[in-house]
Amino acid sequence: MSVRPPRVWDVTTTVPYTPHPLPGAARPAPGPAADEGLARRLKALACTAPLHDLDARKANLAGEYSVYAMAEIALAAIDLVTLNMDFDTGADHDQIVARLLPRVAAQAPARAHTEHERVARWVLENLINVGSADRGFRMVYGTFGADGAYVRRDYDFKLIEEVPGPGGSVYLRTTDEAVNVLVGALDTDVTSAQIAAEVKLEVLISRGRLADAQLAAEQARYRTVQYAETLRRTLEATRRNVRAVDWLRQVPDMIAEALDHVADRYRHENAILTNIRKARDEAEDPEHKRRAAELVDIVKDCIRRHTQLQSRLLEAGPLFRAEQDRQAFAAPPARAGLDLYGQLVAPLLPLPVERASRVTDAFFARGTGLRTPAAVRVGDLVELLLTPPVEREHLGAEMPEPDLVATPDDSRFSDEQLESALELLDLPADAPRRLSGLLAEARRRDPDLPYLVALLAIHAASPPVGTAHRQGEPQLLFAVDDGTPLDDPDFGGADLIVGTARLTAAVAS
Amino acid sequence: MSEVREEAVDAREPEGTRSAPTAGDVADAARLVGFGLQPRLLPARDAEYAELIRRHREDPGFARLADAVAAGLGLIVLEVSPRAGMAVAAAEDSVFAVRMGDYARRAASDTGDRFLHGLAHLAAAALAFPRPEDLADDGYIGRITVNGVDAFVRQACRRLEERADEAGENTDPASDAPGLEAAWRVYVRRSATGATKDARRLASSTTGIIGKAVAFLVESGFLQRTGDEHGGTYRTTARYQLQVRDMASSAAMAELLDLGVVPVTDGTATLAPAADDDVLAADAGLPFHTAS
Repeated sequence: MSVRPPRVWDVTTTVPYTPHPLPGAARPAPGPAADEGLARRLKALACTAPLHDLDARKANLAGEYSVYAMAEIALAAIDLVTLNMDFDTGADHDQIVARLLPRVAAQAPARAHTEHERVARWVLENLINVGSADRGFRMVYGTFGADGAYVRRDYDFKLIEEVPGPGGSVYLRTTDEAVNVLVGALDTDVTSAQIAAEVKLEVLISRGRLADAQLAAEQARYRTVQYAETLRRTLEATRRNVRAVDWLRQVPDMIAEALDHVADRYRHENAILTNIRKARDEAEDPEHKRRAAELVDIVKDCIRRHTQLQSRLLEAGPLFRAEQDRQAFAAPPARAGLDLYGQLVAPLLPLPVERASRVTDAFFARGTGLRTPAAVRVGDLVELLLTPPVEREHLGAEMPEPDLVATPDDSRFSDEQLESALELLDLPADAPRRLSGLLAEARRRDPDLPYLVALLAIHAASPPVGTAHRQGEPQLLFAVDDGTPLDDPDFGGADLIVGTARLTAAVAS
Repeated sequence: MSEVREEAVDAREPEGTRSAPTAGDVADAARLVGFGLQPRLLPARDAEYAELIRRHREDPGFARLADAVAAGLGLIVLEVSPRAGMAVAAAEDSVFAVRMGDYARRAASDTGDRFLHGLAHLAAAALAFPRPEDLADDGYIGRITVNGVDAFVRQACRRLEERADEAGENTDPASDAPGLEAAWRVYVRRSATGATKDARRLASSTTGIIGKAVAFLVESGFLQRTGDEHGGTYRTTARYQLQVRDMASSAAMAELLDLGVVPVTDGTATLAPAADDDVLAADAGLPFHTAS
């Protein structure tokens, strides 16, 4: 117990930056300490660069895209991805695009839907940086080393990363950098920042400043997501390998801390919820009322995320014990093997990539197995080249001719009758008719026709407006009951008013 | 047992008097090596293979002959047994050896890619045999998933990142010396997955690279695919264990020592030191026992 818990990285000693102090030489910069703050701000600045870059590069797109505010769309995309991130997966690519569309469309309402979608996809793909091998961004910045030498360094970061989801699908997650950019370059402790945000929220609500309160609540939710993400990663590692995680102190401490955090936040947010509900119900101004209602939703979402976090935390202990039983309490084997991770992978990773490659090359050369080289004889080759290519049976085996039996046409109405009925119901948009009149006219054409007309009219009583609009249909049959009883020899009920409604964009919105 | 040895001694002493190998024996020995070159073929599935394996184990003269044929072809015999068949590995300059340049085209020119492909194989083995006991135990069958291997390497990299952050080190590599970039950073920078137009795995992503590695190992008869979950799940074969234990790990270890990196074995240093194992395992459970 006095022994430190073994850690992965103790296997090798990383060589620290070896200073070569120049005696008497004047330092060209105040030193690494001051430099570090500068480097950090440079990095924070770099995270915003991809967003500015979008606006700068939109001119290069084929087409007139300067009307779109790309940075705004990008920030909205980061927002959406962050809020849709769940424990197990991330946000769905298509879903994010779909949710971005209203904002894109609002920026240029006159443009085509396909163009809006193209813009949304372009922004999202650029945030992932699809073109590069790493799918990330790089910024070069300079620092002064301890010896006063100026060194240019590469800073690599991502804003939205793609992670594997269940069933081989790909999901999106925002990185810590992106969340920090979004919330405003807050390089601070997650927990304390959250407490600060919530205190601020309470004060704001008590003073009735709901607009600011909503902002603070949303920030609190980003913090919650960030916190959950940190925990998820640690728990995942635990499931994989008991010894890869410091179960002596680090993880139990963290779990205890997180459980405290959840309990604390839960109490806190319930209190806030009560407050806002009161604010919502008492607010006079409809705008305030709406804001408060939105706040209620946000805080509810926060509470939902906390509950989810807590259930994960409670699973961690039993999972560890089960893994420990499996891994630690078995009979010791007769001979010793090599600890592949501890003695190879772990010492390898801190090495410079050039040297590390020598080790991985050695493993690759002897660990991949063998391949039998293809040997070709000239005789075979001639025959092979002269053989006509085999017809590829991509259609599979031939299907037996199906033995079809003509089924009797047992439709209640014939096609002619349907056509006739539809013609009857093809009413001008400004002249709806009573069902009784339609039935009478139908009866004159064909004694069976009124049944079909009545059926169609009843269907029209609750028309699928949404579906018709989505499918881009220009008009829709509708029927309304105004209380007049139907006077007809065959039918009873309400004498519906049947008419045609024109579907236009204005009607739909 | 002793009888067999006597026979062997007998066979050696009067040179030629006792069964000089006939052309038929040589053909059989070569056929056995030929079976060994089909790594996915198991003796249990082929009666002739099983018979030759039995003969190799019972007839020392035939065993010597088969081993000589293998050696002449540039093959190293790892084990001849009913479970693994004739497990042979390619010697370094053998025609059967796999070269990195043939394996992945980009790896020939790009240091980062070359490293990632090699690491994928090493990490797959490390996750398949997480403890020294697992590698030593002949009966052990490891199970790995593509996503699992990726997550496990990422986890290790992230710890190095956290540690570097704690130490206040600046790990961003100098722009003019990319080869000095820390290995873990190369891995962290590469994205885990990526959407492609044809819904296949992005080849340059880390899961793409690991997926290629395990697919290759399946071809080598080292892994068997058991399912599609988590990017593909696989279990290890006896041959893989032999190859990793007797060939690959020692070669990589020698290279590491050559670089001057000594994975110290003073107990606390390695991930799972044999001596401190039990202490850690028992203690590690304590916080939960006391807590609950």
